[in-house]
Amino acid sequence: MFQLDQVTKHYGATTALDAVSLAIQPGSTTALIGPSGCGKSTLLRMLIGLIEPDTGSLLFDGQSLTPASIRAQRRRMGYVIQQGGLFPHMTAQENVTLMASQVGWSPERINPRLAELAELTHFPLDGLKRYPLELSGGQNQRVSLMRALMLDPEVLLLDEPLGALDPMIRFELQEDLKQVFAALGKTVIIVTHDLAEAGFLAQCILLMRAGRLVQVGSLQDMVSAPAEPFVKQFVRAQRSHLDSLGDSPSLGAFHEV
Amino acid sequence: MKSNSIWLLALIASLLLVLHAGCTRDHGEVAIGSKKFTEGILLGEVLTGLVADAGIPVQHRRALGGTRLLYNALVSGEIDAYVEYSGTLLHEVLADADLDVGFESGTGSGTGSGPGPGPGFEPRSEPGSGLSPRRQTATTRERLAARLAEDGIRLGGAIGFDNNYALGMPKPRANQLGLTRISDLLAHPGLRLRFGNEFMDRADGWPGLRDFYGLPQRDVRGVEHELAYRALASNGADLTELYTTDPEIAYYDLRTLDDDRGFFRRYEALLLYRADLEQRLPATVTALKQSIDLIDAPRMIAMNAAVQIDGRSEADVAAELLRTELGIDRVVKSDGLLVRLLRYTWEHAVLVGISLTAAVLVAVPLGIVAAHRRGLGQVVLGAVGVAQTIPALALLVFMIPFFGIGAGPALAALFLYSLLPIVRNTHAGITGISATLRESAEALGLPPGARLRRIELPLAMPMVLAGIKTAAVINVGAATLGALIGAGGYGQPILAGIRLDDTALILEGAVPAALFALAASWLFERAERAVVPRGIRPSV
Repeated sequence: MFQLDQVTKHYGATTALDAVSLAIQPGSTTALIGPSGCGKSTLLRMLIGLIEPDTGSLLFDGQSLTPASIRAQRRRMGYVIQQGGLFPHMTAQENVTLMASQVGWSPERINPRLAELAELTHFPLDGLKRYPLELSGGQNQRVSLMRALMLDPEVLLLDEPLGALDPMIRFELQEDLKQVFAALGKTVIIVTHDLAEAGFLAQCILLMRAGRLVQVGSLQDMVSAPAEPFVKQFVRAQRSHLDSLGDSPSLGAFHEV
Repeated sequence: MKSNSIWLLALIASLLLVLHAGCTRDHGEVAIGSKKFTEGILLGEVLTGLVADAGIPVQHRRALGGTRLLYNALVSGEIDAYVEYSGTLLHEVLADADLDVGFESGTGSGTGSGPGPGPGFEPRSEPGSGLSPRRQTATTRERLAARLAEDGIRLGGAIGFDNNYALGMPKPRANQLGLTRISDLLAHPGLRLRFGNEFMDRADGWPGLRDFYGLPQRDVRGVEHELAYRALASNGADLTELYTTDPEIAYYDLRTLDDDRGFFRRYEALLLYRADLEQRLPATVTALKQSIDLIDAPRMIAMNAAVQIDGRSEADVAAELLRTELGIDRVVKSDGLLVRLLRYTWEHAVLVGISLTAAVLVAVPLGIVAAHRRGLGQVVLGAVGVAQTIPALALLVFMIPFFGIGAGPALAALFLYSLLPIVRNTHAGITGISATLRESAEALGLPPGARLRRIELPLAMPMVLAGIKTAAVINVGAATLGALIGAGGYGQPILAGIRLDDTALILEGAVPAALFALAASWLFERAERAVVPRGIRPSV
């Protein structure tokens, strides 16, 4: 779905992306992970064309993102930002259906789709008339997810969608997200800083550090065969203190919380 | 977007057209002008009454402003006649033409103090070295008439009185110091001198007088002419300049100091009218010429006193003169308070409504452009900022060459004044939208036009409305100054009240103006509630 070849991006003296090459398969779920400032968000925003590479090439479905084609290409992608990025002057419903009405969908087409998405994301129908400020953080993220999915895009990009939520709601949403990803079978790329979340939601994890891809693989690979000492440190840092309470340092502990 | 801006341009153009049409008048009607002080208005009423008596439709554009404004309005044909003073003509209006070798000053531009095109606006005569006083001669009058003819103006004749400069002080104080002549002042350097601002600045006022007599006083300050009288009465000052037809001379029991060395000049009241009246409406000329030798100095003082001190209306006093002197019976219709208020309110609402609407139509797009193009934005914000720093009075006067007198320049000036708050708030409202929301809109694939219409403008709306509200309140206040150039509105009673020292009259304009501003403010708060969605209302 995405093909990156030697992509580099600088911000002044800082290198946000350093010769990144990777391929993302259609229908796969990929997690981008790494410490703050490692370039994972930059990479995600580059995929939807909010940032252009300085050098190297980026192909979406075999085509590069050009100013002429970008809007059409973006409609084939859904994008969820950390804080939701919902428009505060629109109700939940208006946020979700904004693009659909912009591209001329009829109400007969919009309404069933809205109901379908509300069911999929477990969003209460009476919340659709509310403004973002009148909804909880978790509900806002569900609205944001519905908005991203409205036009039934091929790709879903999520930038730390659960970052600002409290642990209980976060757990609930992780479960829901996994179900949604499984039900839709879309190409999903999710940015997170939580290794457990990455392992839970994605088959493939891209661990980044200082603009470089450090290791690509499953959570199991990271734990059992770290590519470099940094990976080992990163995994250790992410282990819950709860682990030390139990005898088992097994990975299962990540999701028993 | 392109069709939008064309539509906008068309709207502005039609607005300007309406505005322009609003300022031109019917050509069958005669317009009499008057300066913005009691004597000027009285003379305007007299001329108006004379023309009306001849059965010619006539309009009195009262209290228009100062000398230059009136003279230019006469030359450009916005008014057909008014009364001017010889000294003023010689040394203010026609300063370039060397008509009188001597040195004269002018009272003609009225009290010159207070609001209105102030001294800085009037070209000053050169102090020069040839300060030797010289009386105006018939030859001077002839040369003046010849010079006026070049501008298409006829000098109809003298009204019959002079209104000269003099120095005055309360009689008890003058007696105590033994002062009768200006030369006597040399022995009293400690006197407190308070002059009208115009007299202070003009070379033919205090600076010339000081140099001519070698006056030693140091405590000399400029104040409002009317306030100077009150300062004398309350012993806050010792001496001020007078106009010899001021009724206050008698009212405050002032002694006029003898100009023993003859510095001050003559200011004969002269009838001026447009030369083309003789062909266009010859009957008007005949009617106007009835004013020649109609009013002598005591009569003028009495008339001024009837208005300034007894509080009668100018129209009423002028009508009385016409009745007793010429047997002209003219019904003076004076409107009741309610009718006046309605008229002021209507005029004010038109000024504010049109200028504010035009400002919104121009400023919101400007603000949007400024928000999207940073370089251009700085230029736009800078330009509207500069427009805001021009003092309201100066701005009004700058507009006169383009829009004439009346509502036109006032509308243009108010329009310029209203731009800044709206442009700045629109700009701030749009640039203040968080990066997350911008990115959201972009990532959704919304085209730029839809981003502006569906995201940026609605999010900026509370700020834009706040800007419009600020502009409206400023506009309502500034519109009162419009009365200075004949635009009407609440400023009319305020200015008249200041001139006549009539608090009730000032309140007649000030109170409704304040209420009007409050109402405008309230209206925009209501609009905010109606237009801004619940999600971004400040109260949420």
